[in-house]
This record gives sequence, C-alpha cells and structure tokens, in this order.
Amino acid sequence: MLTLIEIDCRYNGHAAVRGLGMHVTPGNLVCLLGPSGCGKTTVLRAIAGFHALSEGEILLKGRQVSRPGFTLPPEQRHLGMVFQDYALFPHLNVAENVGFGLRAIPQTEKRAVIAELLDTVGLGGLDRRYPHELSGGQQQRVALARALAPKPDLILMDEPFSNLDVEFRERLSGEVRDILKQQGITAVLVTHDQNEAFALGDKVGVMHEGRLLQWDTPYNLYHEPACRFVADFIGQGVFLNGTLVAPDTVQTEIGMCKGNRAYPWGKDAPIEVLFRPDDIVPDPDSPLRGKVTQKAFKGAEFLYTLQLPTGGHVLSLFPSHADHPVGATVGIRVEADHLVAFPRA
Amino acid sequence: MESGGFDFHIVFHSIPFLAKGMGLTLLLTVLGIAGGLVFGTVLALARLAPFKVLSFAAGTYVNFFRSMPLILVIFWFYFLVPLVLGQEIGAFQSVLIAFIMFEAAYYCEIMRAGIQSVRVGQAYAGEALGLTYPQNMRYVVLPQAFRNMIPILVSQAIVLFQDTALVYVVGLSDFLYSADIIANSENRLMEMYITVAIVYFALCSWGQFQVRNLQKKFAHE
Repeated sequence: MLTLIEIDCRYNGHAAVRGLGMHVTPGNLVCLLGPSGCGKTTVLRAIAGFHALSEGEILLKGRQVSRPGFTLPPEQRHLGMVFQDYALFPHLNVAENVGFGLRAIPQTEKRAVIAELLDTVGLGGLDRRYPHELSGGQQQRVALARALAPKPDLILMDEPFSNLDVEFRERLSGEVRDILKQQGITAVLVTHDQNEAFALGDKVGVMHEGRLLQWDTPYNLYHEPACRFVADFIGQGVFLNGTLVAPDTVQTEIGMCKGNRAYPWGKDAPIEVLFRPDDIVPDPDSPLRGKVTQKAFKGAEFLYTLQLPTGGHVLSLFPSHADHPVGATVGIRVEADHLVAFPRA
Repeated sequence: MESGGFDFHIVFHSIPFLAKGMGLTLLLTVLGIAGGLVFGTVLALARLAPFKVLSFAAGTYVNFFRSMPLILVIFWFYFLVPLVLGQEIGAFQSVLIAFIMFEAAYYCEIMRAGIQSVRVGQAYAGEALGLTYPQNMRYVVLPQAFRNMIPILVSQAIVLFQDTALVYVVGLSDFLYSADIIANSENRLMEMYITVAIVYFALCSWGQFQVRNLQKKFAHE
C-alpha cells in the first residue's frame, strides 16, 4: 500500500528525516511515535505530498508519488488526512464539511454517504451544526468522517487526539481504531503519546532525530527494545549496571539473572540491564530486600521506587492492597526472562 | 424668500430632489464597493502569488494609489481618460472607474490580511481533500477571508460612502451636490447643509453600529 524507501527530508536547511524506510500493508494501522521535533510530522507531510524529498522515494499502491525533484500534488494522491487542530472549515456546517471531498457525485447519493458516515462516527443528527458549536471530541469525529468520505486509499492522522482530555482520548482512540478496522482502511498515525500508539497501532515506529530506530509491534517495543533510546522512551524502568558472567547470564546488584538469549559480548563485558516495573515482583520470603523511597497509587496497583541494599534504585509494581509506608523494607525478586541489556558506554 | 431665521420647510419640499441625489450617492457607493472588492481581491491574490513579477506589479499599483489623494484620481479619470481614449466617457463612468481603481488598492490590503488570517491548515485540508489551488481559494480560503474581514470591509464602505461627495468637483448630482443646488437657488445654505450633515451622520452612525455588531458576532464564534 505505502512504501518509503530511504527518504531524506530537509527543513530550513537541516535534515529533518534521514534514511527512513518503512512499508505499510493494506488494512494495517501504523503509528510513528517519537518526541516532538523527531521528524515524525515531516514524514507524514512527505507522504501527503506537502513536503518534497531530497533523497529516496515514496510509493503509493506501487506508484511512485515522490522522489527528489518530483512531488505529486496532495490533491492527486487520494489520501485522507486528519489534522492535529482538525482544520474543519468554520464557514461550513457538519454535513458540508463531511461532504466537501465529494464534489463529483450526485446530490442524493452525497447526502446518503454523509448521513451514513455521521452515523458511523456517532454524530447522527448534528449535520446542521457549525464546527464552533461542537465539542473537541465531536470536531475530531467530523474531521475523521470528512477524511473517510472520499474513500481514500490511505488515511494520515497527525496527533489526532492530542487536543482532547486524557480519559476521552483513550475512549475515542479505541473507537477510531474500530471504525478504521471495520472499514478496512489503511492508516498512518503520528503521535508523541505511547499509550495512543500502543492502543491504535498494529505496528509502531519509534523515531528520534530524524531516524527510525525501531519498527515493531507494541509488545516487542516494550519487551525487546532495540536500542537504549527506545528502552528509555517506551514505558518505565531503570537500568542497572552489571557484567556478563555467562553468554546468557548477567550479574547485577539485584543478583544473578538468566535471560532467554545469548548476548554477543564477551565474558566480564560491562553492560546495563533494563528492569521494567513488572519485572520486579513482591516476594515476602525473598532474601532480596528493598526500602520504599517513593510510592504512587495507580488504582489497580502501587508503583514503588525501592532502594536496594547496594544503593541502586528499581521500580516495582505491587497489587494495590500491598500498601507499604515510605521507609518500610519489602521482599522482592526478579521475574523476567526477556532480559534486555546494552553494552555500557 | 427673505433670509434670516431658519426655515426647514424647504427641506421637506426638496425631499424628492434630494432622494434622487442620495440614489446616485448610494449607487456609486455600491458599485464602487462591488468593483473595488472584486478588483482588490484579484490584486490581493496577485500580491500573494509566488510569481515575483506579478506580486511586484500588484504591490506597485497598491502603493501608488494609496499615495494619491482621491480627488486627484477623480480629476485624472475625468480629464485624462477622454484624452487618451479620444472620446468622452461621461462623468458617472469616469468617477466610477476612479472609485473602483482607488478603492481596489485599499480592499487589496484588507483582503491580503484576510487571506493571511486564514490558518494555513485550512489550505492543507482542502488540498488533502483533492482541491486544486484555484478551487481551494474559491471554496476554502476566500469565504473565510471575507468573513474575517467583514467588519473592516464595512468600515471601508462607510469611508467610500463619504468620499462619494467628492464627485461634486465634476458636477455630478449626488446627495451633497443636490442639496447644494437647492441651498444656493433658494438661499437656504444653513438649513440645507445642516440637513446634509444630519443625514450623513445618521447613515454613517448606523453603519458603525452594524460594524460593532458584526465584530461582536464574530468575536463570539
């Protein structure tokens, strides 16, 4: 459906995107995730045709739409786009906004398409309202319906939920995923919010400084980060210094841990090992103890920051009834087989 | 009739004649606004066009006309255009062209600001939905630009309404000139000029009131 081959984009003279490649299969929802300024929006704009390439090429349904010196104009790409600020047309009502991309079809058919789409996004009956009379979430849905109306090959979404309340964001992102999946739409979404990326994306690409660092399933990004940046950016966790004592075993201040893989470095190599909060579990009988230095109640669980006898800190998730005061000492053990380690710089 | 003391009876007797003059004033105002707005919008698009020659030409035109007193422009078109064309074009046509050319320079700047006030995302959204540049201007950008600029466009229309009084110099019977004819022939200068002042004041105040309403309305949205 969409293929990016080694694309480079320049923005005001500096390289905003460097050597980025990815492939999106039909019906897939993919997310580009990264901190602001990482180049993810530039990639989206390049796919849409708003930004020219300085290297590489972009193929849409096998057809070359961008290469250095050639950019097929956006209006000829047959894409749908949902913008961060929705960019609804303020001078048109909801029905006119949704029907805006449907200029070539007869009125009656157009009305039917608009009504059906408004039902799909849960806005039936609001067709005569103007954008300023709608809530943020409703505007978001209008923007989605407007993008879906011309039955595009691909939908691009730029931070589509970032202007919404956190709670509402989760609900709406779930609904949007359902709608897109139901209609078999291929979509590329750009976000800086990993919860959103994980909730929506079949595949997620993590970007940093113009490069795509890892292109993987949300599960793998969390449990098998390919580099230090991805490990830090995705999820919570701490790195503990350690050394390799056997190809699959590391020694850290939390003890000896055996992973599910052989590491490529030699014996006694200095490494850092990633421990997620869910890797450290409570165990009252364990000889390993940690002192509670911080606690955060998360509803279903507590997130404790624990100080090890050797001085280092780890994060640990406890069930929410395991309420220990700050300063208390609790027993813990490591329960992780996918131990992620990187050589220490 | 003896002068001395105010006699406003003359005003009532001359209402039909004055109304005819007001008709000409309003006609000039309306046609001047319509023509100026259309030409001004074309100039604004030219000024914003990516072609240097076009934007430079439009910019020069605007700066030139904005540096000229309106009365001078009216004189030119009245005296010079017949010389250039080799035939009379009539006082009404010549002042109308002068108004349109002159007002277009002002409307151009208003529309340029209006177009720039439309968020760039709107044009992107239009393009993403398959609109070409002219379609995008026609259906997305210009309708919003007009809307955003309505209060200022109406203010400018009020100024034009007042400026039409300058057609006095080429002898067209607008409202002021009609009143002047009666004032002189009946020797009722005070009464007629006071009446003219009250009418202009009333109409322009009403216009300003509408501007404030529009501003409130748009600020609300």
